[in-house]
Amino acid sequence: MRKNSRLPNLHNLGIHFRILLIVNLLTATAAILLSSQLDAFLPLLAELSAIVQPILLLSLLSLYALYPRINKLPYWLGIVMILLLEIGITGSVFTFFNHLFSLITIPNIYRACLMTSIVTSIVFYYFHLQQRAYSPAIAEARLQALQARIRPHFLFNSINAVLSLIRSQPKRAEAALEDMADLFRVLMADNRDLVPLAQEIALCRQYLDLEKLRLDERLKVTWQIDDMPPDALIPPLILQPLLENAVYHGIEPMAEGGEITVTIQTRHKELHIYISNPYIAQNQHVTGNKMALKNIKERLNLHFDLEAALKAEAKKNRYAVHIRLPLTR
Amino acid sequence: MLTILIADDEAPARNRLRDLLSDIAEINIVAEAKNGKEAIDLAVETKPDVMLLDIRMPLMDGIEAAQHAQKLDPKPHIIFTTAFDTYAIKAFDLNAIDYLLKPIRLERLKTAIDKAHALKPKQMEALKPLQKTRTHLSIHERGRVILVPVEQIIYLRAELKYITVRTAEREYLIEESLTHLETEFGERFLRLHRNCLVAALFISGYEKRQTQNNDGVNEQRWVALLKDIPETIAISRRQQHLVRES
Repeated sequence: MRKNSRLPNLHNLGIHFRILLIVNLLTATAAILLSSQLDAFLPLLAELSAIVQPILLLSLLSLYALYPRINKLPYWLGIVMILLLEIGITGSVFTFFNHLFSLITIPNIYRACLMTSIVTSIVFYYFHLQQRAYSPAIAEARLQALQARIRPHFLFNSINAVLSLIRSQPKRAEAALEDMADLFRVLMADNRDLVPLAQEIALCRQYLDLEKLRLDERLKVTWQIDDMPPDALIPPLILQPLLENAVYHGIEPMAEGGEITVTIQTRHKELHIYISNPYIAQNQHVTGNKMALKNIKERLNLHFDLEAALKAEAKKNRYAVHIRLPLTR
Repeated sequence: MLTILIADDEAPARNRLRDLLSDIAEINIVAEAKNGKEAIDLAVETKPDVMLLDIRMPLMDGIEAAQHAQKLDPKPHIIFTTAFDTYAIKAFDLNAIDYLLKPIRLERLKTAIDKAHALKPKQMEALKPLQKTRTHLSIHERGRVILVPVEQIIYLRAELKYITVRTAEREYLIEESLTHLETEFGERFLRLHRNCLVAALFISGYEKRQTQNNDGVNEQRWVALLKDIPETIAISRRQQHLVRES
């Protein structure tokens, strides 16, 4: 997913949002510095904005359009290209506006271009720092550390269940051990790259088969995934830990068991995943649950930034988790 | 012959224990339960020497069941089984109570049963159930132990040495302190009177009634009307704000 280039992903809305925020903050700062009194601030800000916003908008659009090309260049050349592009945009916008009305606050074109260059440098220096903080090595290390860990509770209970089958139903014990081997192969694998959705679903089914061994008819699962694009790419082990949560908090505490539903849909180029399970507020184990959710949130964030989100809420007798992420193939 | 009761919510776990126990001589499994409540009910009938209790079970967990089991006569020896529960294991380590980790080994099970001795009540009290509050109250009645689900209790009233536990069907007596019950089940019950805790869910309304106080003087007092039973509960002066708030 991530290219080798250290340029920020200019096709990501989160990045664009940050650029908007930084530039507008700098504009506001400039207005504060220039205004002598408080009531001069707002008119000044409006005046500055009148020229800053068109430049900003044009910049974002052209950066979005040119990103695939710039991204192929070496990092330093890419930055130089972006600087030249910004100076070009500023020059044209400035000349265009100068024809319409005279600008008092920014008297000449060279100063305007210099200021744009400074702002652009600040923005990209910020991204450079951010990238260092999340540098591939560190991000990978974090992803590695964040790898979903299966609950020991599940491991030992499953081994116990398999042991109980060996004497009476050796065939089922074999199948269960094979499922376990597959599951742990994935859990111990290098899980930094995105995987097809269908693969994750297959893993979930193996996991649920194992749980079914222990919980039998107490565990019911309904899959509403007919509309799911099997080749959509998602971070690995996003669903399995959520199902594990659903079993641990939603099924095990119920004497009669209950039903877990999984719904996957695509809407507006986004993948929506819903998982819900029964829930009784009074006998919740406080610990554990939040850990898995936090972990998945953080991994979604590392992969997709603001374009993905995870929401969890308890309503009435059900606990529901909703994941939204961009549809990539 | 040693009689044993097994309690685990997972069928394979029960099968495994049964298999293992069948390899040990002089052992008779008298009952199998799917949760703590069933375990106590069956223990009342079968009077086992040893109870093998899983810790994480629905309806009533193993630790709560063990605490109720202390009222049984004869008191069964308790051995806990658990797959992995950091919280529970911590509780055991503090109290040095024996437990078996799943998957259970035959030798380990043998030694545990050989030296199974009843826990001292103090150790048992110090154990904290997985759930903050008990799901049932256990009532000792003519040599039997009856479990009353807390959610069915309409009110708890202190009377001299005992506390009356009222459900829609009947009354029971227990020996506990009302203050202690109030701290444990405070979310469920309202203290309408110095000596009475009433389940908020069972209050159907309030009414002003003419009553006689201790000095034989007639006065107007608020009473709470209850669902399912015709009785009313007098509300003490200090608690009248509850009526206004409702």
